[in-house]
Amino acid sequence: MVRVEFLGPIQKDSLELEIQNLNELATILQEDKEMTEWLTNCAVAVNDTLVSSLEAPLKDGDKISLLPPVCGG
Amino acid sequence: MLSLYDGALDVPTILKDWYAEEATSNYGAYIPFVGTVRSEDGIDGLSFDIYEPILESWFKAWQEKAKAKGAIIKMAHSRGDVMLHESSYIASVFSPKRRVALEFIDEFVEDFKASAPIWKYDLINGERVYALDRSTAIKGSGILAGENN
Repeated sequence: MVRVEFLGPIQKDSLELEIQNLNELATILQEDKEMTEWLTNCAVAVNDTLVSSLEAPLKDGDKISLLPPVCGG
Repeated sequence: MLSLYDGALDVPTILKDWYAEEATSNYGAYIPFVGTVRSEDGIDGLSFDIYEPILESWFKAWQEKAKAKGAIIKMAHSRGDVMLHESSYIASVFSPKRRVALEFIDEFVEDFKASAPIWKYDLINGERVYALDRSTAIKGSGILAGENN
């Protein structure tokens, strides 16, 4: 089981999912119409480290975060 | 040093404290950047969300870059609401000579804008509106969108 958190302005509750990698998460979220726009501009972190590939395996207890466009200051 | 505060920053106190902390550290230059909320587009203020775990690792990487140049960096940022003419952000670099600090503050603030996990909202007519048009997608964004996007 992994936990998926949607950060900042994304108005969506966290998900608990049985998935093995981020490709599976991509497939699930692509079917969610609310997420279509966010998927094109969100960065992804696994256990608070940004990732650039969907291939790395996930393990039980991992935390996945979706980070939409930022603007500090 | 990374300091987060609820609401507006007490700029004079923070700048004074940072100055005092390094008063005898033998740095020749102290260059602060202060970000203040301006009146524009009818806003009453700004509001901020912060994701602290990634902000802390991002800041730690910049601390290492500063150390490699013999400099140090300090940053303060607000959480929640900051009204017009209040300040939400201070970044400061201390270095032995001015050139390093002047260049470093520019690089640091630019990367802060592009990478730090902080989300800005306009406070307008009692609503909190995400400032998407002024925001930047973090490098590597969009990997979940698939090949057709």
